[in-house]
Amino acid sequence: MKIIVAIKQVPDTKDIKIDPQTGTMIRKGVPSIVNPDDKHALEFALSLKDSDPSVFITVLSMGPPQAADALRECLSMGADEAILLTDRQFGGADTWATAHTLAAAVRKIGVFDLILCGQQAIDGDTAQVGPQLADRLGIAQVTYAQDIKMEDDALLVERQMEDGYEVIGTRLPALITATRKLNAPRYMNIPAIVRVMAEEDAVKVWSNDDLGLSPEETGLKGSPTRVKRSFSPTPASEVTFLEGLPYEQAAALVNALRSLNLVEK
Amino acid sequence: MHEVINKKVWVFAEQREGVFLPVVYEILSEARQIADGIAGVLGAVVLGKDMQQQALSLADYGAEEIYVCDDELFAHYQTDVYTKQLAAMIAQFTPEIVFIGATHNGRDLGPRLASRVDTGLTADCTSLDVDEDSGQLLMTRPAFGGNLMATIICPAHHPQMATVRPGVFKAEKCQALPDSCLIEIACAVDSGDRLTEIVRVVKEQAQEEDIRQANIIVSGGRGMGKAEGFALLQELADAIGGTVGASRGAVDSGWISAALQVGQTGKTVQPELYIACGISGAIQHLAGMSGARTIIAINKDKDAPIFKTAHYGLVGDVYQIIPELIKQLNHSHNKTF
Repeated sequence: MKIIVAIKQVPDTKDIKIDPQTGTMIRKGVPSIVNPDDKHALEFALSLKDSDPSVFITVLSMGPPQAADALRECLSMGADEAILLTDRQFGGADTWATAHTLAAAVRKIGVFDLILCGQQAIDGDTAQVGPQLADRLGIAQVTYAQDIKMEDDALLVERQMEDGYEVIGTRLPALITATRKLNAPRYMNIPAIVRVMAEEDAVKVWSNDDLGLSPEETGLKGSPTRVKRSFSPTPASEVTFLEGLPYEQAAALVNALRSLNLVEK
Repeated sequence: MHEVINKKVWVFAEQREGVFLPVVYEILSEARQIADGIAGVLGAVVLGKDMQQQALSLADYGAEEIYVCDDELFAHYQTDVYTKQLAAMIAQFTPEIVFIGATHNGRDLGPRLASRVDTGLTADCTSLDVDEDSGQLLMTRPAFGGNLMATIICPAHHPQMATVRPGVFKAEKCQALPDSCLIEIACAVDSGDRLTEIVRVVKEQAQEEDIRQANIIVSGGRGMGKAEGFALLQELADAIGGTVGASRGAVDSGWISAALQVGQTGKTVQPELYIACGISGAIQHLAGMSGARTIIAINKDKDAPIFKTAHYGLVGDVYQIIPELIKQLNHSHNKTF
């Protein structure tokens, strides 16, 4: 069985600071990580490999050259092969152009049974690349997976809903997007880290020479959407502190709520 | 002036078990403004079984054209048949703009559909507008966990498409009802188009209130320190006529159900009153509640960022202040009766 896990290197949004003057993100000093949902996708693939060593896992990413670090982490968790799509021409891609480029890479990889992605990335939170990739490849998709059972060439997926879940059946090949409820990702293992670090070309690098896409269909040029502007969310009005002992603070708050008609007088 | 002849603004009217979701009415109300802004016609698109009667109610929220495609295949959402049907309708009617609620189904459908019709899609928008000069749709959404807002345009592809976050826009019935017409659409799919199959549907938390509909929310964070703290918050919620919510920290600690999570990765709420207890105010939480009319923060750290968003701040121990609040609120009720 051949599995492709599509991952993204993202800035750790817990540590993000915004320049209040320019309204842009200060990237300096912000650590880059493997997108958390993507680790759950990889963990599912690894769990299949645990019980069937013939499972072959390719991790695939598009990004700048330093995204190879994220792929090395995935190799150190147990993936068999890592491919980084990197090219100036791919830069500035929106979700359409990203999915289009990933689809070209999947076709070049050739045979696969299952594609796994994280439900969404913490930087963009769009949850779009998975379904767009599935559509470009013409394969089934199941999003928001919280549990997956394999039965021969079919999958039973619990798809998380706002008020419960659906059980969706699909044949392979298919693309599944993983939520954090799916499993607990394992840590990297030390021998693998050592091996991956020693191997200079552990991560295969493909440029557009390998994919042969037209410049009109990748990166910023190939993106239907554009960012017109970005800005910091505006904070609300000035706070009024209600001081005193707890019972005095409570009394002041009840009075304030009364004057706002939020509590019966 | 632009050439504006009969530009169509479409809202996908998602139904579950034959009932439209609240987000449908919210988007219609907002899309009414957008349609007026481009001198367009507002349409609602209904896929379902026996929905004609209810579909007419969409006119109350401003829909002028109500497209209904009636077939058993559309009774329950399924990615492939919904995508194929809507793609066929987009090809036939060439709407200028298509909005879809950013529900789990909407976020499954939106990208598949946008890919199929080769256009851009902006995810989970919280603000919509029309650029006066270009007539382009301005789609604004939070990014980087709510740290940044980005306004996105789709200048050269059609339709301009966005999924819209539930709970952000107010559903409002139209004062003057439009002259609406119902347009029946032939089904363009068959069961062979399905690549997946719904084996069963399981409902959980059915009795849990949808916090997006609540007028008053009493919300707890990591600062509550333990699961029992939420019993205290429930008491406060009961005393003030509200419902309980939570921050991601509290949900991740396992103290309370994820269905009650407020924030960028949870739900967006706009209650009249939001009481944040033991919530530091991470930007991703603020992204979900800063639209509340009045915000109260109770936190022991006077430098907590939540106080920058709050209208009233109480610095102190939640376990000392909240029992006092409950006592005084119950006391004031007793005096009324």
